[in-house]
Amino acid sequence: MNNEQLKESIHSIDSSLNITEGPQYLTINVKPEDLSKTAAMLKNNPDLSFDYLFCLTGNDLPDAYAVVYHLESSKHGHALVLKVTTTDRENPTVDTVSNLWETANFHEREVYDLVGICFNNHPDMRRIFLDEEDWVGHPLRKDYTDNNIVTR
Amino acid sequence: MEDLIITGPGIQDEEYIVNMGPQHPSTHGVLRLKIALKGETVERIEPHCGYIHRGIEKMCERLTYQQMIHLTDRMDYLSAHINNEAVCLLVENALQIEVPERVKYIRTILDELTRLASHELWWCAFGMDLGALTTYFYGLRDREPILDIFEETTGARLLQSFNVPGGLMNDIHPNFQKRVKEYITYFRKKLPEYDELLTGNVILQERTRDVGNLSLEDAISWGVTGPSGRASGFACDVRKHHPYSAYDKVDFNEILYTKGDSFHRYDARVREMWESLKILEQLIDNIPEGDYAVKMKPIIRLPEGEYYQRVEACRGEFGVYILSTGDKWPYRAKFRSPNFSNLSAINKMAAGFKIADLVAIGGSLDLVIPDIDR
Repeated sequence: MNNEQLKESIHSIDSSLNITEGPQYLTINVKPEDLSKTAAMLKNNPDLSFDYLFCLTGNDLPDAYAVVYHLESSKHGHALVLKVTTTDRENPTVDTVSNLWETANFHEREVYDLVGICFNNHPDMRRIFLDEEDWVGHPLRKDYTDNNIVTR
Repeated sequence: MEDLIITGPGIQDEEYIVNMGPQHPSTHGVLRLKIALKGETVERIEPHCGYIHRGIEKMCERLTYQQMIHLTDRMDYLSAHINNEAVCLLVENALQIEVPERVKYIRTILDELTRLASHELWWCAFGMDLGALTTYFYGLRDREPILDIFEETTGARLLQSFNVPGGLMNDIHPNFQKRVKEYITYFRKKLPEYDELLTGNVILQERTRDVGNLSLEDAISWGVTGPSGRASGFACDVRKHHPYSAYDKVDFNEILYTKGDSFHRYDARVREMWESLKILEQLIDNIPEGDYAVKMKPIIRLPEGEYYQRVEACRGEFGVYILSTGDKWPYRAKFRSPNFSNLSAINKMAAGFKIADLVAIGGSLDLVIPDIDR
């Protein structure tokens, strides 16, 4: 399916989804409360069957935190981007998708570690790279400071 | 013996924890696996990463796109050229620059040489993991000429950084084609030795067949790609499904197996070396004349937006995600490293097997630790 057909078939399943077209992939923008439902639909619908999560990124945007999921279907070969944004600056939280794609387990731990976005219902929500006991802060946040960072 | 085993009320089998690594020869780097054992059987594995986490993604937020390339080398150092190419392709696609055909051909040739060198090193290390020291000498013997070719053309043996946005740093050395052709002839004779020495070896067969099986569904769900994923039947070769550079012009097979045990992961890599030779043969005589780079502005600014580029590194799918705000450096750079996803499946593969099998499973995954930690 090309992007146009993909957009149509997703809209025929759920017409309320906000889909934008990028230069490469379609992007579905969802709110945190709709994430689990939309992700499950994308994975389980036989016409879509996005069974391969090939990238999971956490972003610290100026006004929000975003998690970006790059999905592909190994059966049909089409790909798209699912994006969830939360404006909660204090405790950014989104639901886990590790129940759908096992690879999300490690990737979500990485996002938690470096960007500080928490994932609800994650089986093992701990830091993955930095020291669990004594590391303060999340380095990929834009307001993170460290005496060792050299800025030009 | 029987009376030495204490049994009775209150005495029960308990699992105990063994740390493998961070300094252990078979983890191939600074990786610590916390293993819960029951007797000799692995109950579960908890990988502890981060011993060499350098914050490459954070550093990239203050580096220009040309500078960024030099850090991508240092993730999977055995796929250095391929990682470089991912960033270059991303920048070129974002700016809609069409690079000359000559660049595409040379990049693809260097990609495949990188893949050969990497698989050769993996092969000799895998043999050594299982106790076959001879393989180490064979593998390194055959890898050396490739590094010499790299040195002559790119100036570096391991971390080449030969790609720049818009093309290559320099043209190929006049000897390049001759030496690659010599190497193909040489390695076509040597590659059957790999099968004679190790593939048919009864110890290797016993230690890898039906060890660490991973089903197709699990491979997709865990995102296990590269030869490890293809051993489970996951058709994930980016070269085939999303061709870049000159991969759409060459004819090669995607090596697929179904069982997903350690032996098939082993065999997939060895068969892939034959395919790499096939790709090299198709390209090496047909490098078109032309420029080795297009002129780029000294400061590259990507238009605002999100970009993603996938390439097939030696161990699986490598991806670069860039979020640009139009500045000369990315707002956010993220690298999808194949080893990170491949490692996450190790618990699934090794649970229920003996601790000695874990060495075979880890070796068959071909982990490169700096790529996990980034």
